[in-house]
Order: sequence, then C-alpha cells, then structure tokens
Amino acid sequence: MKRRTMAALLIGSAAGGVARLAADAPVEIRIAARKFEFHPNKVAVKRGQPLTLVLMSEDRIHGFKVPDLGLRAEIVPGQETRVALTPEKVGSFTFFCDVFCGDGHEEMDGTLIVEA
Amino acid sequence: MSQVDRREFLKLSSIAGVAFTAGLFPSAQSSAQSGNFHFVQFSDTHWGYKGPANPDAEHTLEKAVATVNGLASPPDFIVFTGDLTHTTDDPKLRRERMKRFREIVSALRVKDVRFMPGEHDAALDKGEAYKEFFGALNYTFDHKGVHFIALDNVSDPAAKLGDEQLAWLAADLKQRKADDRIVVLTHRPLFDLKPDWDWTTADGAKAMELLMPYKNVVVFYGHIHRQHHHMTGHIAHHAASSLIFELAEPGSQPKRGPLPYDAATPGKGLGTRDIAMADKVSFVELPATKG
Repeated sequence: MKRRTMAALLIGSAAGGVARLAADAPVEIRIAARKFEFHPNKVAVKRGQPLTLVLMSEDRIHGFKVPDLGLRAEIVPGQETRVALTPEKVGSFTFFCDVFCGDGHEEMDGTLIVEA
Repeated sequence: MSQVDRREFLKLSSIAGVAFTAGLFPSAQSSAQSGNFHFVQFSDTHWGYKGPANPDAEHTLEKAVATVNGLASPPDFIVFTGDLTHTTDDPKLRRERMKRFREIVSALRVKDVRFMPGEHDAALDKGEAYKEFFGALNYTFDHKGVHFIALDNVSDPAAKLGDEQLAWLAADLKQRKADDRIVVLTHRPLFDLKPDWDWTTADGAKAMELLMPYKNVVVFYGHIHRQHHHMTGHIAHHAASSLIFELAEPGSQPKRGPLPYDAATPGKGLGTRDIAMADKVSFVELPATKG
C-alpha cells in the first residue's frame, strides 16, 4: 500500500483548522493528543477512502474512541498507535478521549467528517 | 412499609420535584423477604469545583446536608455514588478536598454513610487517595434483607470494571437466590446510555449479564448529573441528580456539558434522592435546599 503523509494531503490544517483530504488514495492521518485536546480536532475524509490514523500522545496516556465507527485505542507516550479504517458512512463522527486524564478531560474531543 | 412510614415518606413530596412510584422489584416473591426502610442517595458533589456552572458551589453540599438532616423520618443510611470531589492533578490538593468533603458530610445526623468513588476522585491515582479517606473501592453490605453491591467502574481510567472485579461480582452473586432483592450502586451507567458522550462502562455489559438471572435487581448510579431511567430487560437503572451542576439531556446538544446557571433559580436540577424499600421500591427526588 502506497502511503503518503498527511502533510501532503491536507488543506488548511493550521491550528484549529479542518484537515481535509484532497486525494482518493490510502493515506496516513497523524493526530496528536495532549491534555486536553486533539490536533487536528477536525478531520475531513472521503467515503471509501482507506485511512491509517497515526495517534501520538505528547504527555500521558489518552484514549481515542469513535463509538459510531466501532473504533477504540489507547495512545501511549513514545509510541505511535495506528488505527486502520475505511469509512463507509457519510456523516460527522465524534471522537474523544475515553481515558480519564484530568480537569478538562470531558472537553477533549474532535470530529471525523466523512463526505460523499 | 407501614402506613405511618408511608405517610411520612409521601410527605417528602411536598418539598420534592418528582416522586417515582413505579414498582422496581418486579417479582412479587420479594415481598415476604425483608423489612421496610429508606435510604438517601447523594451523587456528584464535586467538592472543590469552581466555575460558572455553579457560583454557589462552596455552599451547595452544606445546604443538601441540612435538607437531608431535616427529613421528618431519618433514613437508615446514606450512600454517595461517586465524584465526591472535583479532580485535580495535585495529589496534595486532592487529599485536602477529600478531607474538607469528609468534614462537611460529617454534619449528617445519620452516621451510617457509605461512600463510592467517581472518576474525579479515583481515576488519576487508581483510587490511592480515595482509599486513604473512604476505604474500599467496591464492597457489599446487607440491610434488612436487601443485598447491596457497590461496583467500582472508575478507578481504571478507561472506565472498566475489570476481570478481577467481575469475578468478585460473579462469586458474590453465586451466594444469592434468584429472587433475592439486590441493589447495585455504581458511578457510571452499566449500559450504553450515550457512548459518544462517554456515558457508559467499557465492560458494563458483562456485569449486566451476571445480574440478569436475578429477578429483583435495581441499579442506582450517578455520573450524568441528571435524573434518567432506563430498563435492561427487567432491571431498572436510575441516574441521580448532581449537587454541583446539571448536565444537558443526552442528545439534546452536540456535546456533553453543563446547563447554564440561572441566577433566578439557583439549585435548579440539583438534589438528592430518598429511596424507600418495601414490597415495591419508590423514591422521591429532594431539591438541594428546602426553600
């Protein structure tokens, strides 16, 4: 599988911006986790686009859960956690930290936007 | 429940928002098993919270203690279903909050008080500080023929009961008869109430599977800071109000979060619960303050 990095594929991925895939090929999307945010916290992809989410923690163990897509992983500092998926449903799907990490944990979330 | 006790209990509705009177123990067989009594549930007091969702946070718990002390019929005991304190990364401050919380609730006239942890108390240190102040994270006790099981679904920061505790639960249940009256106390819901708001227990379904063979089980819990009622087959789950701020109704807004504080109605949506155990179970929601 040919992989391209997220940097080559995202449009407008500046702080707080929306990461948007511009091509229809297997790609890696890198998401950083730290108390109490994900970066980027909005990721837009195309339906049917094979993805590998590469999750990294900058401080402590966090969780990454997308209940509507049946995804769940733990993100351990010093390691890359890789989650493969090919979203088949169009819509906005909440992801959030499900490993309690402190005062602000409840606000640590983001959105995966799957477009037609 | 005697007629006198029943009248006293129903009097509570004069200061309460809602009286929930449906039978919660579905099996008529339970009626001959035990005496009648009532107990009070406090939940999600979050001592130490400071923020706009409750500008009166330093006083709400004290007011609730006074309200419960004023009940015409004192409860047999009181349970706190978790999040006694608001979380902090500072272990010293965590212990100071637990110490102050314990001082405040020591004013309760009823001295049989059972505590349970929430994730704010126990998830960052796996319950170390909590155990110093309040004891075991999970336990059982019996009262007038009812078996109470307090489950810990918070000290694992990933919100799991864990295999060890599930085995402990299974061993405890093996000692029960199918029609025993069982009350389960937890902090987080044991069912998937709202998974995308993290209102669930990762392995809660395993606990429910163990409980399903028993005819007379009811679950009281907290965590979601609002009243909520749900059935898993014949087992009822009842979430309690908080004493710090009310969270939005599940699914009513994109993200979980507190409802705005309304200075015109301080204490709205906050309170405790008085639970009567008889041939049926009923409960009355008590506001944080009488007036």
